[in-house]
Amino acid sequence: MLRYAIRRLFTAIPTLFLIVTISFFLIRLAPGGPFNQEKGLNPVIKANLERQFGLDLPLWKQYLNYLGNLAHGDFGPSYNLPDFTVAELFRVGLPVSIQLGATALLLALVFGSIMGSFAALYQNRPADYAVVAAATAGSTIPTFVVAPLFQLLFALTLKWVPVGGWGDGALLNKIGPILTLTLPQLAIVARLMRGAMIESLHAHHIRTARALGLSNYSIIVRHAMRSAVLPIISYAGPAAASLLTGSLIVEYIFAVPGIGRYFVDAALNRDYTLVMGTVVVIAIFTIIFNLIVDLLYALVDPRVRYD
Amino acid sequence: MKHHALKSLLAGGAVLAISASASFADIVFNRGNSADPESLDPHKTSTVYEANILRDIFMGLTTESAKAEAVPGAAESWTVSPDGKVYTFKLRANGKWSDGSPVSADDFVFSWRRAVDPATASEYAYLLAPVVNAEDITASKKKLEELGVKALDPLTFEVTLNAATPYFLEMLTHQTTYAVSKANVEKFGADFIKPGNLVSNGAYMLAEFVPNDHIKVVKNGQFYDAANVAIDTVNYIPTEDRATAMKRFEAGELDSNDDIPTEQLAELKAKFGDQVRLGPYLGTYYYVFRTDKAPWNDVKLRHAVSMAIDRDYLAEKVWQNTMIPAYSLVPPGIGGYETRMVDYAELSQLDREDGAKKVLGELGYGPDKPLKMEIRFNTSENHKNTAVAIQEQLRPLGIEVSMVNTDTKTHYGHLEQKGDFDIARGGWIADYKDPANFLDLCKTGAGNNYGQYANAEYDKLLAAAAAEPSPGVRMKTLSEAEAMGVARDLCFVPLLHYGYHTLVSTRLKGWEDNVLDRHPSRFISKP
Repeated sequence: MLRYAIRRLFTAIPTLFLIVTISFFLIRLAPGGPFNQEKGLNPVIKANLERQFGLDLPLWKQYLNYLGNLAHGDFGPSYNLPDFTVAELFRVGLPVSIQLGATALLLALVFGSIMGSFAALYQNRPADYAVVAAATAGSTIPTFVVAPLFQLLFALTLKWVPVGGWGDGALLNKIGPILTLTLPQLAIVARLMRGAMIESLHAHHIRTARALGLSNYSIIVRHAMRSAVLPIISYAGPAAASLLTGSLIVEYIFAVPGIGRYFVDAALNRDYTLVMGTVVVIAIFTIIFNLIVDLLYALVDPRVRYD
Repeated sequence: MKHHALKSLLAGGAVLAISASASFADIVFNRGNSADPESLDPHKTSTVYEANILRDIFMGLTTESAKAEAVPGAAESWTVSPDGKVYTFKLRANGKWSDGSPVSADDFVFSWRRAVDPATASEYAYLLAPVVNAEDITASKKKLEELGVKALDPLTFEVTLNAATPYFLEMLTHQTTYAVSKANVEKFGADFIKPGNLVSNGAYMLAEFVPNDHIKVVKNGQFYDAANVAIDTVNYIPTEDRATAMKRFEAGELDSNDDIPTEQLAELKAKFGDQVRLGPYLGTYYYVFRTDKAPWNDVKLRHAVSMAIDRDYLAEKVWQNTMIPAYSLVPPGIGGYETRMVDYAELSQLDREDGAKKVLGELGYGPDKPLKMEIRFNTSENHKNTAVAIQEQLRPLGIEVSMVNTDTKTHYGHLEQKGDFDIARGGWIADYKDPANFLDLCKTGAGNNYGQYANAEYDKLLAAAAAEPSPGVRMKTLSEAEAMGVARDLCFVPLLHYGYHTLVSTRLKGWEDNVLDRHPSRFISKP
């Protein structure tokens, strides 16, 4: 399995290269540039700026320079935030996004699985209906509604938590963003788990286990849940890649300094290097989590082997 | 150095503990600022968000009073030669950088050269254009040493201008003219701007910069007037989401914010009362025709469309009275200057519409030959609402309006590259309090002259004003230029003058409303 993992990581390099290349040229197709703004710059000054950032070179040369720098781990300067390099921006923002996203994912996986299993065990009874209703609500009410409601209730009315801000990472500041991120994921995990668990409880091997007189606990936890967890694993991979790299809406509304905002801001600002940095980070997260999913499959499902 | 922001983030617990124990003595001002600065390097900045912060940590030769009037800053006095071309500034003997070293004339020479240096690529290098050779240096045609600045002695800084420039002292409040410490820049290079490295000569000094979270500045003990600075710490908090900013203000997490969601003005006024501050601001929201392209090269047609636009409706209904109807490009509020409005400014909207109909009829437009016009604007709910309102206002006159909405970069990229359009939206906020700052927009070939207006006579008037030593005569000449280029020729179609709309807590004292909406923290207290 280790050999498989290493092989997969090697094939990730051409994938990454392809993503970088396509993105590099794609963003340049967008009209306007990093230095277009309401107060237009005079041509001499704009030329000075473009020279400073190497944007005056032919595109193919810029591309080769970018690749060369990237190979050395240099993501370049941010055009619109010249006090920081792209790497510095990520060094500040990524830990914030990872803390929020990882906690939200963990909460969603644990509580979603419990709720889903519970609903499956009590299928078509009030407990099941309650979970299904809550899950439907959770996945349909958008984040931009949940977040302000949370602020209104817990910050302005009850005054338990601050409205927004990172507060140097204080726990109270994280509750709102984490819960807002967790809610839709929790709903999805609960529904996936419920469906998988129902199917699993009706599987042949569970019937066999019951016939053998195994304890209820052993049947549910060791056998039924083991196969029911497979769809959750396949969902959790991409979900992790997306959650850990931040959420624009949550970061804006709770005013937390993660990297989710860069996906949109950088593109709108034509901050080419920041766009590229964002693409690379997301691509790496996606590749790694897809690999983790595949490896977990082998661990959980005895039918999957990578040797 | 690179890790500083991260460290300050990780050291969160420690910082929190320290600030909690020091909270008895520390007066903290949490100041909402719409966006993070692009840079804290005064020579690399362009937006008002940056100016707000830099005004606290640096100080130009002149600086703003609490009411944003230009008053002596790093220079305690100055003399001007009889021809108005040579300014000799006497720096404060007790002027110091935050590391205790003296602010010298050499620092100003170094800084002004740095600002116009093509290698610095300062967006606002043009601001120093009145200084001898500045423009040629930025265009790489002359050497840095040829800039018209000199250090006569450690405390005497001399500037030679191309011509008498009446707004020169006013201009020196702008961050592009601030000095940075030569020793500091030479020591740290591009990283001089990082917290821990940066030394500055303002009332405050930089302590932390966590992008998208906060910029913390603390009182500078070396500042010459430190004894009169009441606030110990100012946290600049970026408030991109205005709805959240309002809630944070309500919860007391912010003491002020530089913007409000104007569409909620009525509710906000009901909730916050006098803490909502509204007033005129030196800026103009305009539309601009491609004046070099048929049919818009016909000035009569331009006026007909302009007349048919109901500015009162735009100001009241679309902008909730946070903007003021505009009939001149230069906003009111510049002392000594008489704005020149379009001649239908005093008419009622009904009369204007009749006038517009008549002109359109004369030009042969009507049901058989409808006039088609495309409005280009950049993405924003209020820009869209403005365009839609104008579309509705022009419809009864048989003008078929269509709209193209693009993101900001695409929009201004298109305008700058002289892309084709009928009429487009734009805005201009004054860099300093002078009509030329607006009227230069219509100069032939000027970068922001999106309408490609070209009139040698207009250029001549501006040149005459620039060379005029008498302030009174100069203002009159500028007035004539506005009458010709704007009121007569509509190089730009003024629609609205901006208004500031800020939230200021009753906890704060010393916040003086002014047309530049500039409020140095050093005059503010939080008793």
